Order: sequence, then structure tokens, then C-alpha cells
Amino acid sequence: MIEVLQTGPLNTVQDLGRFGFRNAGVTSSGAMDRLALSVGNLLVGNDKGEAALEVQTFPFRLRFDRDTTVAITGADCDARLDGRRLPPWWAIAVSADQVLELDTPRRSARAYLSFAGGIDVSPVMGSRSTSLRGGFGGLEGRFLAANDRLDIGGAGTFALPPHGFGAKPPEAALAEHFPTSDDGTLLVRAIPAGEYALFGAEAERFWTQTWKISSQSDRTGYRLSGEPIRLASPVELRSHGVVPGVVQMPPSGEPIVQMSDANTAGGYPKIAGVIDVDLWRLGQARIGGRIRFVQSTVAEARAAERAVQAYLEDIRSTVPMLGQALAGMVRR
Amino acid sequence: MTFAQEKALSTPASVSTASAEQPKISVIGTSAYLIEAPGAFDLAAQRRIWALAHAVEPWPEIRELVPGVTNLLVILKRTPEEPEQFEARLRHEWDCARSIDLTGKTVDIPVTYGGEHATDLAAVCDYTGLTDREVVRLHWQGNYTVVALGSAPGFGYLHGLDPRIHMPRKTVPSLRMLKGTVTIGGMQTGVSVLTGPNGWNSIGFAELPMFDPMKDPPALLAPGDKVRFVPERIEL
Repeated sequence: MIEVLQTGPLNTVQDLGRFGFRNAGVTSSGAMDRLALSVGNLLVGNDKGEAALEVQTFPFRLRFDRDTTVAITGADCDARLDGRRLPPWWAIAVSADQVLELDTPRRSARAYLSFAGGIDVSPVMGSRSTSLRGGFGGLEGRFLAANDRLDIGGAGTFALPPHGFGAKPPEAALAEHFPTSDDGTLLVRAIPAGEYALFGAEAERFWTQTWKISSQSDRTGYRLSGEPIRLASPVELRSHGVVPGVVQMPPSGEPIVQMSDANTAGGYPKIAGVIDVDLWRLGQARIGGRIRFVQSTVAEARAAERAVQAYLEDIRSTVPMLGQALAGMVRR
Repeated sequence: MTFAQEKALSTPASVSTASAEQPKISVIGTSAYLIEAPGAFDLAAQRRIWALAHAVEPWPEIRELVPGVTNLLVILKRTPEEPEQFEARLRHEWDCARSIDLTGKTVDIPVTYGGEHATDLAAVCDYTGLTDREVVRLHWQGNYTVVALGSAPGFGYLHGLDPRIHMPRKTVPSLRMLKGTVTIGGMQTGVSVLTGPNGWNSIGFAELPMFDPMKDPPALLAPGDKVRFVPERIEL
């Protein structure tokens, strides 16, 4: 059991998402940064898709009611365990009554807290992810509040070095597979979508200009501000399914990127689609942040996917070996 | 000569038919493909989309299928190795797909027409030139087919609205339209399933829950179902 001592709004239980009900209008939900959630789970010996806490408003504090293992991944938010600083992307054994604190990160938006055994809320339609809009999943379909208590599943701790251990953050481990800019603008790779051609010469400015993530942005989607890109004549499409990462162009000419809690259907023209493997980076972008779209290809996306897969596989295979080595040392 | 003539006649005909029948296939990101049926909206196109969905459903690489209004979104478990090949397979399935008449259930939805939730009924009257009584009558006398679910959990896009009460979506959406509001959006009608912003025009209210996350299936409606609106009260 863990107890939430302090939290801002909109912090929720999330896993990798709810699939199989999109055809009934049910959005996938799930972590905005699925890579951070996956790594956090692997670090505590879970399957990568167990439910964890997504913290996007700070400060956040919780108390452990029993011994367990916790991992902190995603945004670096100066995590402290009983006041003692923990490195980012770190897993550590904790004992009952210890308090974990997270502060507002200086860069990136969302931190993930994974626990050995995972957050044990009842799955709804096959997932423990919270759907705030639908009011189901996670903890009673709502965001966390102070005094909430959450069960964690499984046996609890497993062998870890006394001060814990970490994973190399993906920004560093996968640096060569994700483009960066000199001025700190986030580069997001995308592929032209269904109505791209309708924008004609205007489409060029979609790639060349730097867009700002407006304050009307959340888990549902990001509204971008910049110099509008409009169609010569408006187009209303028949309602069709969309997925997170779709970049729609409403009549205002300022793009909307749908994210984890996106509508399942839309009718706005689609100018582009963010490649799936870049979605975690967009999920870490902050309001006010600047992004630029870079035209990509399936081949490039697949190369990055293979690198991410190898990175996760490396962590998955290292964690149990670490445990075995430690157990061996204890026996000697 | 006769042979050549026949060929000269038949070739252009088959070319024009084939090109007119080509669906548009586009991608969203790396693992979602949208297939849009050619031509105007009609139930025949919708039935062919359903047939396509039925045909590709067993493909092991598919994670989710989302039938829309004369279109189908195919979401894959992972980025395909050979995207062109995958697109060609979809195109082939479309060519083979004929029609499915989904024999759905019939759902009766009791409605209170008019009253406090029908905030756009007056605007519908203005736009259509009909009286409120006529608008309501044309709405409940219709026989509707669930074309697709989407947008919000359990929301059904209903086809079959009398053209006399087609009404474009609002340019300024209502900020807090109640769940259960009976609405008209363009040539479609539906019952809203979440309280929140909504651009469709409200003409009544229905108590019947359209979605329950704990039920299997969670959505009351399914594509192909028939829907009838039953006027329980008319408050004009």
C-alpha cells in the first residue's frame, strides 16, 4: 500500500493503454511517455506494462505502508527519499514509513513511479489506465488526491544494491536515434497524412516554422501556436478514426496534435502523423515549449524502433542478472 | 475488327469504373492506415466498409479496427516491414469486399423532445423553416441505422435523418452539453454520451445509458443496429 500525502491535480494511474475498444469510442489513454513507464517497470522487475503513477503536477509526496521497490523514471524531478536525493532513472528498495518526494522538473513534463508488482487497481476493459474524460479506470476514474491509498500487487521487494541502481536515460542511451536541435527546440519526426497535398505550397511552412505548445494543451492533445496554415477552401471530412500523434489542421490554421486521451474520431484535415517511436518525446514536452516537425520515413522510424527495442531488452535482461549476482554475494 | 471494337468500347468503360471505385488509402504516423470509400455517403459504401473490416479482422498484425463513416482505420501492432505491400493487400481486400448487411438489434430510445435541454430547437426551426412540432415529428418518425461508434465512449453516429431537418454543426459549440442530449449534426443524429463541449444541435433529452464500462460489451449500440426514437414527452 502507498499513501498519497500531497499532489497537484491531474496525476493519474496509467499503464500502456486500453486497446480493443477504440471502435466503441473508447480512447486508449495510457502513459504520455510509454518508454519511461516501460523502463520504470523493468527496473522493479515487472513486465513493462504494469500500472504506475504518472505525475505531471508537483510537488508530489507519498508514504510507503510496506517494504517494496520503487523506480522513478521520466522527467528529472529531484526525487528525495526521506530527504535523501536519488538520481534520475533510478530504482531503490524502500521500507514502510519512508516518504518519497518529487519537485517540479526543470525540463520535461512527466515523471513515472513504478512499484514492484504494479499499482493494483481493477482493470476496466483490459487496462488500469485512467480515462479522465470517460470517468473510469485507474482509481475510480479520477485523478489522485491527498490521502488516497493505493494497493500494490505482488510480493514486494527483490534483491537490489543497497543504494539502488539506475538505467541510462533514453536521451543519452539512444542519442544517435533521436534528432536534436542546437537551440533546444524539440524535433518531432512526422510523415505526411491524408490531406497533406491539399495544403499545397503552404505545407512547407508546417515543417520550417517553430511551433509553440499553447496553454490549451493536456493529455488529450496539444494545440500549437504559430503562423496559421490554411486550406484554400475549407474541407469537412466524414468522421473517421484517429490515433495519438495525428496532426490535425482546424479552420484556425494552428495545428492540434492528438495525444494519449485523444478523441477516437475526428473530421479535421490531417496534415501529418507523428511517427509512433517519437511520441514519448512529445509526451515529455511542456506547455510553452517549442517544437519543429521533421519529415520522416517508415525506414527511419523502424531503425529508431529497433534501437528502442534493444535498449529495453538490455534493461530487461540486466535487472534479473543484477539480482542473481547480489543473491550470490549474500550467500558467500 | 469486331474484336478490336469491342475492346475499344469496353476498355474506357472499365477504366472509368475502376478509377471511380478506388478507395483513398493514407497513413497516420507509422502504423495506422485509413481507407476511405470513394463516392458519396450511402449505406452501400458503409456495407462495403463493414465487409472490408470483416475480411481483415483475422489478420494477426492488426491491433484495432475502427470503422468510421464510409471509412476504416486499421491500426497495426507495429510498424510494417513493407508498408507498400501492406497497402497493396488492403487495396486487394477492398477490391474483393462486397457488402455485409449487419443484422443488428433494434434499440428504442425514449426521448423528451423540447424542454430545457433542447437549446437549439429554435435555431433548427429557423434554419429549416419548419415548426418545432414538425421538426420533432420528422425526428421521431425516422428509422435510423448505427453507421459507426466513435468520438466518445459509446457514441453512435446515426444515419437516416430526414433531409428536411439536416442542420450544420454550430460554429460556436455549447460548452457544457449534458450527457443524454439528443442532437443533430449535419446529416446525422445521435445521443451525446459525455457532458462537455458539443457542436451538435440539441433538440431533446434521453435517459437511456449508452455506455457502461463494466458491461460486456460496454456500448449499448453497435454498427448496423437499428434505432428508433420514442417520444415520451414533448415540451414545446
